[in-house]
Amino acid sequence: MTNHKWGSSATRAALLERQTLMQQIRTFFTQRDVLEVETPIWGQAPVCDPNIEPVEVASGGFLHTSPEYAMKRLLCDGSGDIFQVCKVFRQGEAGRRHNPEFSMLEWYRVGWNHHHLMVEVAELSRVLLNKPDLPVAVFTYREALQRYTGLDMHSSTEADVRALGVKLAGQDLDLARDGWLDVILSHAMEPALPSDTLVFLHDFPVTQAALAKLGTAEHGPVAERFELFYNGTELANGYHELTDADEQRARFEQESNGRPLDENLLSAMATAGLPDCAGVAMGLDRVLMHRLGVETIAEVLSFDATRA
Amino acid sequence: MANYSTNEFKSGLKVMLDGEPCSILDNEYVKPGKGQAFNRVKLRNLRNGRVWERTFKSGESLEGADVMEHDMEYVYTDGEFWHFMLTDGSFEQHPASEEALGETIKWLKEQDVYVVTLYNGAVLTVAAPNFVELEVTETDPGLKGDTAQGGSKPATLQTGAVVRVPLFINVGEVLRIDTRTGEYVSRA
Repeated sequence: MTNHKWGSSATRAALLERQTLMQQIRTFFTQRDVLEVETPIWGQAPVCDPNIEPVEVASGGFLHTSPEYAMKRLLCDGSGDIFQVCKVFRQGEAGRRHNPEFSMLEWYRVGWNHHHLMVEVAELSRVLLNKPDLPVAVFTYREALQRYTGLDMHSSTEADVRALGVKLAGQDLDLARDGWLDVILSHAMEPALPSDTLVFLHDFPVTQAALAKLGTAEHGPVAERFELFYNGTELANGYHELTDADEQRARFEQESNGRPLDENLLSAMATAGLPDCAGVAMGLDRVLMHRLGVETIAEVLSFDATRA
Repeated sequence: MANYSTNEFKSGLKVMLDGEPCSILDNEYVKPGKGQAFNRVKLRNLRNGRVWERTFKSGESLEGADVMEHDMEYVYTDGEFWHFMLTDGSFEQHPASEEALGETIKWLKEQDVYVVTLYNGAVLTVAAPNFVELEVTETDPGLKGDTAQGGSKPATLQTGAVVRVPLFINVGEVLRIDTRTGEYVSRA
């Protein structure tokens, strides 16, 4: 790291830590017979999530925001368990813990559900955070919402959710129920989660299912998803993957907002079929931030977006 | 004024919020994995100094505030307004109300230089320098030989401000005062 404008935003020690992290990931998955793959960074169809803005390329197509669609096509094609480490791109995501280009680890386990995968995520996280004895806490979204805000995921009214959201935001924002729940999660729940603990939230509201299967919990329907939080940051996001091709098309159509759909993925799911599986994406730069004890993502990147 | 989007918010930017001119102190981008992106912003209301915490949807914008800070010399008061003059040689003067002066009124001395914040061309606030030197106009007689012991007494300064001073201080002495705490520092 130098003070020159052309210099790196990371120290050499941070770059070395990244190298070690990559070696640990490869060792972990090699020992478990998970195949390492590479899928294209550029693709014809963009992500179909209204809250994620892809980078559109002037000559056509988009940079991927995660390798999910291509990796699922490999799964349809019979790859078996796979993992990938790659750079992904999200327009406009910049801040202390965000860089528009970042490193993602994504992996899929065939025949597993999200509960089984959470166990493996915890095992890998202990290795990558260099903390072999980190405790794990698992809450349903409903339990955490209830515990930290008093609201009930199923029975709280729109008005209750909105009232708490407005209070936390300091002003009224033009948001629907899920938007207010996002305010509540980031402002009230995340900061209250136990520290120095791998905290998993699972079984999300069905309106936040994204590409997860729907299931039924004790108190009502849920999305079979989980998120991993560690000391105030979100590190990973996993699903018991939706395999129903018709349902997949319906969700894409509902969320696409005019973006073209990934017909290759839809065809793969409709013909060969996606095997029952669970998948998860982990933000490696944030893992490195915790491992090095630094406050900004720039400190773990050779060149952050302002220097790239 | 121009509008500024949340991704342009940075410390020191002056914006309008709820009709009040504010200075941005901190801007944090937050985004739940699959959810809506927000900016959690801390702003200081420049009129009363209060700090506000507000969350915005990322991409929303606020109007810029026409706020400028200038070094100005305090010239005189006409009883209703306190008049300040730009130190850039233009001799341009700006009247400040008692409300705009706030606590600074206790530390106003002619020919001293203050940081005057103008909002839409009018004086919004006046900040005193961290240290001012003021003469004692009234205090009990000094006690000889009591330079080491603790103990203090009130003293009235030329601006009317009353501060606690050591027992050995006499009328006519010039003292250095920390305006942030209103405390005596030393003889000047």
